[in-house]
Parts: sequence; structure tokens; C-alpha cells
Amino acid sequence: MFGPLTSKPGTSKNNKTGSWRVSAKPKFLQKNCIGCRMCAIVCPEGCVSGAGKKYDVDLLFCKGCGNCALVCPKKDIEMTKEEQS
Amino acid sequence: MKEFIEGSLAVAEAVRLCSPGVISAYPITPQTHIVEELASMVADNKLNAQFVNVESEHSAASVVLGSEATGTRSYTATSSQGLFYMMEVVFNIAGMRLPIVMTCANRAISAPINIWNDQQDSISLRDSGWVQLFAEDIQEAVDLHFIAYKLAEDKSIMLPVMVCMDGFILTHGIETVDMPSQEQVDKYLPKYNTIYKLDVTNPMSMGLLAGPDYYMETRYAIEETHKDILKLLPKLTADFAKIFGRTYNGLVEEYQVKDAEKVIVALGSVCGTVKEVIDELRSKGKKVGLLKITSYRPFPAEAIYEALKNVPKVAVLDRAVSLGSFAPVSSEVKAVFTNKKKKPQVISNFVVGLGGRDITKESIKEIFKLLSTKELTNEFIDLKPELLKESYEQ
Amino acid sequence: MSNNLFNAGHTACAGCGQSMAARLVIEASGQNTMVVNNTGCLEVFSTAYPQTAWGVPWIHSLFENAAAVASGVEAGLIYLGKKEGTNIIAQGGDGSTADIGLQALSGMLERGHDILYVCYDNEAYMNTGVQRSGLTPFDTNTTTSPVGARSTGNVRPKKPMPEIANAHGIAYVATASAGFPQDLQRKVKKAMSLKGPKYIQVHVPCPLGWRHESAQTVNVAKLAVETGLYPLIEYENGKLIAVRQIHPKPVEEYLKAQGRFKHLANNPEEIKKIQEVADHNIEKYGLKIKAETEEIKK
Repeated sequence: MFGPLTSKPGTSKNNKTGSWRVSAKPKFLQKNCIGCRMCAIVCPEGCVSGAGKKYDVDLLFCKGCGNCALVCPKKDIEMTKEEQS
Repeated sequence: MKEFIEGSLAVAEAVRLCSPGVISAYPITPQTHIVEELASMVADNKLNAQFVNVESEHSAASVVLGSEATGTRSYTATSSQGLFYMMEVVFNIAGMRLPIVMTCANRAISAPINIWNDQQDSISLRDSGWVQLFAEDIQEAVDLHFIAYKLAEDKSIMLPVMVCMDGFILTHGIETVDMPSQEQVDKYLPKYNTIYKLDVTNPMSMGLLAGPDYYMETRYAIEETHKDILKLLPKLTADFAKIFGRTYNGLVEEYQVKDAEKVIVALGSVCGTVKEVIDELRSKGKKVGLLKITSYRPFPAEAIYEALKNVPKVAVLDRAVSLGSFAPVSSEVKAVFTNKKKKPQVISNFVVGLGGRDITKESIKEIFKLLSTKELTNEFIDLKPELLKESYEQ
Repeated sequence: MSNNLFNAGHTACAGCGQSMAARLVIEASGQNTMVVNNTGCLEVFSTAYPQTAWGVPWIHSLFENAAAVASGVEAGLIYLGKKEGTNIIAQGGDGSTADIGLQALSGMLERGHDILYVCYDNEAYMNTGVQRSGLTPFDTNTTTSPVGARSTGNVRPKKPMPEIANAHGIAYVATASAGFPQDLQRKVKKAMSLKGPKYIQVHVPCPLGWRHESAQTVNVAKLAVETGLYPLIEYENGKLIAVRQIHPKPVEEYLKAQGRFKHLANNPEEIKKIQEVADHNIEKYGLKIKAETEEIKK
């Protein structure tokens, strides 16, 4: 019997949405970070993480929306050009 | 224990004996007494269940969907407009394979509004994937609820079951019923257990979006399960007989069909009337019989074929219509004999008892009379010609 | 990645305000949460079989019945003796909450279930292509309230859903915004500390439907609050207990940041009407920071 359609946690991670990026990706400079965590808090994918004053993005999932760069109070995140593959 | 009891109250007691954890329903005639009695049982500590009063049938079905999804045996009841209002939830429940049991007190469909009995409501949901069992009398209505939960919750089945009982005739009729004991029911019906549920210790997502790559298989799976039910139901009724002492086939019942020249095929309480007429006519030497269909879904095609293949004339009674085409039950009975070498010479279909119009013994005798060599299609019985004379005012 | 209650890999648009908020909500509620979701963007982009973004028990049934299904989940858990310590969230978009799901929501609130209802308000039926809903603001361009020769967009004001929820006499009602994420999480935690029905309405910009750059989500959400068009308020047991005070910005700043309002650019008459909506909110809820106190909240 094909059971009721259910799915276990973590299965969405099989979908590498980093491939969605066309024009820009964030570069975490890790120079002026004050550890406010706003980048990790606002990321729609939840793929920004770190501790203390060092944060970075998981490029496998980052869609390049740019919210992290805009909310950073110290402008410590730069949206750089995404290389066309 | 034998009781002289109203149908609704008997069904409520049957449900109580099944120990559901959550009950949710919205009032609609003629289901109301069932639900009122259950509310009373909960209030009196006779039934330990969460009773959720909702603001519509759509929500009643949604509440039991949610509670069943936590792994809790759940119950609801409705009729007619209420069943139609919850229709999308009904399909949803079957698609999610949640083994809910629902009582449908069969009632006609608006418009015009009519609170009396016919079977249009449940028959209109025959595509949903639910199992649909029809009761002939109050005893059977009671017994079918135990069988329903046992069938629904079977791990190889996991489909919801609708127990259909004719509104007013069975819900408000009073008959002698042999009410089982809690021990008997507990012996027959184990506790509900499933791995497919909402549980913080084992999280899963239920009710996902299924694209064209996945949807068809889920439908096919339910279709295959209905085939399994055709095999399983007679086993479950055999087990039932061992514990409760009453025998049901589960799929069909043949009443004096063996040597019959004319057989009526019907569902529900009208079968009681038909059996009385058969007894009368048989005493006069007429070879007549009844094939009662208990399980309308899954449709017992093979059982119907075996019962009727040598019967010369068959009359199918439909207490529902499919306006613009052949009435539902008869079109399915006819389909059984497509491309078969052995089949009745005549299969006529009669539309009877819509909107609570009485089906009397005279009506049944009339049908046997009309069942002749000329095949009749969608023959409406007991119409009032004076009403048909009225025409649209210009 | 440390988060596992709402995982990446979901197919929301880049910069989606709703996915931001949904993750923040479930993280604030914690592991012991069951989620019931209405049909909509969130449901579709987070659970396309065989993938799910959810790390907690989650169920979706239909478009309008999350509140009713959640009521059933609560009843089932109570029967099983498992309700204590388990949070239940019923959630959906503005369409499924204020329109088609209003009946089920009202029933859930009236019956007093211990459930938090979260409405993700992106102000239109976004998943089906930006159609107008009961929470679409005045003069908004949507596909079913389009701008044309005789129309400047939606002719009706937003349905006052927070007040409707509050009128049911429930424990807690709050509005929140994707522009103020910590405030949203505080409100979710506050709600979960209270027993009974709770309602939180989160303003979530939709880059696609509102026509703004994906990077501007947080900024646009902030502007809605800072103009007074989306007051951040809290009711507890029927009483207004807190508001987020602002130095009101002119509504034009908010409107010109979004393509769905671009038809108003040279229409001072219509802008005035929208300013009146904002001014009315500022007055009604006491949003303006008084000159004497000068408390500037971040």
C-alpha cells in the first residue's frame, strides 16, 4: 500500500536553492561585526549562522535576496557579483 | 442485552462502546438525536471523550480530521446538506487515509428543502474513497459501527467508513435491539494504534502538496485497498459472528434468490419491506427474491454477479438519482454484466422513495408487476400525476 | 546550519517576508509545537512532496480549516493526556484567515481552545497570483482590484481582523511585522505563555506581489509601521496594553517603495486618503512619540 503522503524532517535540505542565485551573493567581511545577529535573524532561508562576531552564509541554500546586507548596522556584508557558471 | 430502543440512541450507545476519544458534530435533522445522546453520555461521565461543538459541518469534519491525526479514534455524524458542506473535507480525510467513522442519517438534498429520507446524500459521495455500508434495520446499524471501526483501523486498510442509515425510518424508529456488552466490543475491537500521526517525539509532515509525479499513485493505492476490503469484510463479519452471535455477509445478503425468477436489488431499510412482500408472494407460489447490498463502496461486483447471473429478471431500486443519466446504483449493477455470457435477460431500474415518499408493500408489488420482458429505465414509482400537470406560468 | 525547526531548501521567493516570519515564529515556539497550516504560499513552498521544510509535527488539510483542524488536534492531545507542554499553532495567510477561514477561526476563538493563530498578512491572495483579499489595503493594485481608467485600485479598507479577534474576548491579540523580527518572537513567546486562544497578525512583505526588490523586505515592512499604516499593538484580555510608538513618516515614503502603489505617484488626492488612514491609526492607538519623553526605541 502506498501510505498516506508524509515526509520526515530535513528532507527539504535535498533541494539546494543556492542554484537560484543569478546576480548577487553575500560576502561576509567579518571585519566590523558586532554580533547583533540581525543577518541570521532576517534570512528567509535561515542559512546564515555563526557565533560571537563571526557569521557566514551557507551558499548551498542562499538565494541572494540581499536582506542580510541591508540590515547589517555595520555594513559588514557586501553583495558581490555572482559568477555565471 | 435486548432493548426496545430508538435507532439514534442505539447508534449512540454503539459509538460509546467503541470508546472514541473525540466527537465533533453539527446539528442537522435527522442526525440530532445521535449526537445529543453522545453529549449527554459525556456530560454524565458515561463516555470519556472530548466533545467539540463546532460552528459548521465543514469544521466538524475538520476537527475529527485533526484529532484522528493525533492517533485518537474519532467520530462524527451528519446528513444531507451537512454532508455536502463537509464534502471537501470528506475527500480530504480519505486521501489522507484517516480511519474516521461517520454515521450518515440519509436525507434528501435541497432544493427543494426536504428533511425526509432518501439516499442521495451518501450516494453522491461515492467517489470519495470512503467505505459506505448501508443498514437495513437498527440492529444492523448498531453492528455496522463496530465492524466499521475494525475495518477502518486495520493497518492494511486505513480508510474512513460511512455507516448509512435511513433518516427517520431508522434514526427515529424504535425496534428491539440486542445491545452488546463492553466486553464483547473490547474483544472484537482493539485500541487504535498508528505510526502515521502528529507526535513531537517523532515529527512528520502530513497533507503535502503532490504534483503530477505523485498524485496518481495515491488514488491507485486507495482503489487497490478497496479490492482488499472486498476480501477482508467477510472475514471481519465472520469474526463478528463468533463474538456477537449475529451473522452478516458484509457485502451482500441473498434473500430467497436461489430459484427466483424476479429479484429486487436494493439498499437500506426498504429491504425490510421487500422481504415482507417476498414472504407474501412466495406463499402464493411466486418465485421472487431480494439481493440486499450492504457494502455500496467497495462495490461488490463479483458477489452481485454470482447472485444474479442466472436470474431472468432483475429490478434495481434507486433511492437517488443522477439527473440527466441513469440512476447510480442500477447503472453500476448493469455494468457488472457487461461482456458476461451469463446475465439476466432484463435489468430494469426503478426510482423510488425520493424525499421521504413512502415505499409501501403495494409499491413493491407494483414493481414486481412492472418487471417484465420490457426493460425499463429510470422508472419513477408512485408519482402524483396531478402535480406533473402544473406548467411554467408565462 | 543550527536551525532545524524550519529548514532551508524550501521554494519561497528570494526575500519572502512570510518565510522569514514563519521561521521566526516556529523558533520562538520551540520543538514541542504542532503546526496546522492552511493552503497558501507557506504551505506550498514548504511542503512539496517528498520534501518538507518542517522539523516539527505539521499538518495541512484545506484552504480554510486550519483553525478547526487545530481544534481537533488539541482535543486529541487532551484526550491522550499529551496537551501539557505542547504548543499548537494554526496558521495561514490573510485570505485564508480573514475571508474563507473566518468562520473556522471564529469558532476556534469562541470555543476557547489553547491555540495560537498566526495570520501572515501579505495583503492579497499571493499564491494564486496577487488577487485582492479582505485585508488588501485601500487603493492597492491587485489583479482583481486593478488600476484602470476608472479605478485607483482596491476601494475598501482593510478588514479590522485584530479587532475582530479581540471582540471574541480572547487572552491575547497582537500585530507584528517582518520589519521587527525580535518583537515578533517576543510576542509569540508571550502568547505561548498564556492559556486559551491567541491571535497574532504579522505584516509580511511580498517582493513579487508588492513589486519591490527582494533585498528591501525588512525595510518595506519597517516603513509600514513607521508611517502608522500598520500599527504594532497588543491586546490582553480585551484591553490595549502596549503599542509601538513611532516618529511618523509620511505615507508617501512607504508607497513609493512598492510597485503596487506606483499609480499613486502623481495622485495627491489619493495619497491624502491613505495619509488619513495612517493619521487615524496614530490617533486611535496613540502611536506618536511625545516630544517631552523622546523615547526612541530601536
